[in-house]
Amino acid sequence: MFVRHLNLVDFRSYPQVAVDFEPGPSVLVGPNGQGKTNLLEALGYVASLSSHRVGTDAPLVRAGAQRAIVRTAIVHGGRELTVELEIVPGKANRARLNRSPVSRPREILGALRQVLFAPEDLALVRGDPAERRRFLDDLLVARYPRFAGVRSDYERVLKQRNALLRTAYLARKAGRGTPGAADLRTLEVWDAHLARYGAELLAGRLELVSALSPHVEKAYDAVSPGGGRARIEYRCGLADDGEDMTTSLVSAGSDGPRVDRDVLAARLLAALARSRPAEEERGVTLVGPHRDDLLLRLGDLPAKGYASHGESWSFALALRLASYDLLRSEGIEPVLALDDVFAELDATRRERLGELVSGATQVLITCAVAADVPEALRGARYDVAEGTVRRVC
Amino acid sequence: MYEGAIQDLIDELGRLPGIGPKSAQRIAFHILSADPADVTRLAQALQRVKEQVRFCSVCFNVAEQEQCRICRDPRRTDEIICVVEEPKDVIAIERTGEFRGRYHVLGGAINPLEGIGPDNLRIRELMERLQAGTVKELILATDPNTEGEATATYLALMVKPMGLTVTRLASGLPVGGDLEYADEITLGRAFEGRRAV
Repeated sequence: MFVRHLNLVDFRSYPQVAVDFEPGPSVLVGPNGQGKTNLLEALGYVASLSSHRVGTDAPLVRAGAQRAIVRTAIVHGGRELTVELEIVPGKANRARLNRSPVSRPREILGALRQVLFAPEDLALVRGDPAERRRFLDDLLVARYPRFAGVRSDYERVLKQRNALLRTAYLARKAGRGTPGAADLRTLEVWDAHLARYGAELLAGRLELVSALSPHVEKAYDAVSPGGGRARIEYRCGLADDGEDMTTSLVSAGSDGPRVDRDVLAARLLAALARSRPAEEERGVTLVGPHRDDLLLRLGDLPAKGYASHGESWSFALALRLASYDLLRSEGIEPVLALDDVFAELDATRRERLGELVSGATQVLITCAVAADVPEALRGARYDVAEGTVRRVC
Repeated sequence: MYEGAIQDLIDELGRLPGIGPKSAQRIAFHILSADPADVTRLAQALQRVKEQVRFCSVCFNVAEQEQCRICRDPRRTDEIICVVEEPKDVIAIERTGEFRGRYHVLGGAINPLEGIGPDNLRIRELMERLQAGTVKELILATDPNTEGEATATYLALMVKPMGLTVTRLASGLPVGGDLEYADEITLGRAFEGRRAV
């Protein structure tokens, strides 16, 4: 698939801008702070309904404006699809698909699939587990859009359960005795729901890690030959000592790795029962996919804390390239976006990355200096300056 | 900003659910130009709803007497109770004409984020009704969202020892719709709840 057209109104620095793209590489060139990344961010928002730079929507709307509008035309399999998204901070966003309103913005997920690599991705290697969970969940949604629903259901149940634990905790702290029988009875109810959605989310992640893992190893080797073996492993609070759940629970199915949801739900339920006293003590949910992590290993050592800056950067890039390869191997040809990445790589790695991605249907690249972009990716060129985007060749 | 009475009316209307500033203004000017008799009727209706409407002592639906119309109806069976969250859900089910039992209105759903637990709903009253022993089936018709599902599961747990049939409304595809337009969650639920034909 490729993006044919992008139109922004009051998005970030742009009062209004319209850009036409073509398949193949497109390079957006301009000095810092001119709005190159904003264009990729807008496309990323259409693809995942969130920004790779900020957690809230308010910064996406131009100062002084009420709402931002992102309109885009995507060509997939010879057919053009238009997606229009209205971003209203603090309120529900509105979306239209081929000019008809959809009941929930979630329904546009899947219309545009994008793999974005940006400087922020260094946090995938060096940052908190939350960054890596988000990486897995975003990719899960790109792979199967229905997981957007599973993810939000799980988050909702988790919020409710935490609120209940918190109330009981505060009541106990204020000296109003142990929580009543009715409260504990409802905790059981939330446990059952948490286990059900949690097992679904966990199963999706385990299947994903299992399918992604060979691609990561391959991609790291391609980016950094002879740099050691890169591996990923899902670190789950439910696992027994030394158990790797991606091998113990995942079985090969006809359409890729499969995990039995019922087995996971039962284990999650048992773990909830075990940690109940500790949860009542602290007032939060202590087991579940929201506490898990994706372990990145380089050779025998964890990448976090041991990898050099260059290695960390290569690992982050390998994760994105592997995502791209995985989606492509499953018949989804995503748009590849490389935000300001060439400045961070040495000349050989630049050339190698250029060769790796030059076969993609569409690659959108931002950079400050055009000479940083390898030969293989010199396609259409756009100059970005002071809120205007102009095609120069 | 308008002056005096008209702005007061716009402000009051704007506080109603689903009415924004533009709609409030439109309604206010409509009222201003309407026939005085119509406006008096509206004002009286507003007053009467607070004075006369109360909650049925049996099922907690809205009523004008001690008991609501449905609880007083001798032709309906006492053996089935349908549990709903709000009085408006009763009306929705009544419109189907399919149900000939009684109702029980909980007054919401379990929602710890808003501080609503089982004790804030009319669950104790429901248990008292079930103790009498005439009820054979309980239909759980709470909303099919996180909070409604949790409430249904909780009620099922509570009622199980009493040995009566507990059912949950099916959720799935809308009638008259196209399969291709159903979202994955709805379609997934419909698959779970499929039945032999």
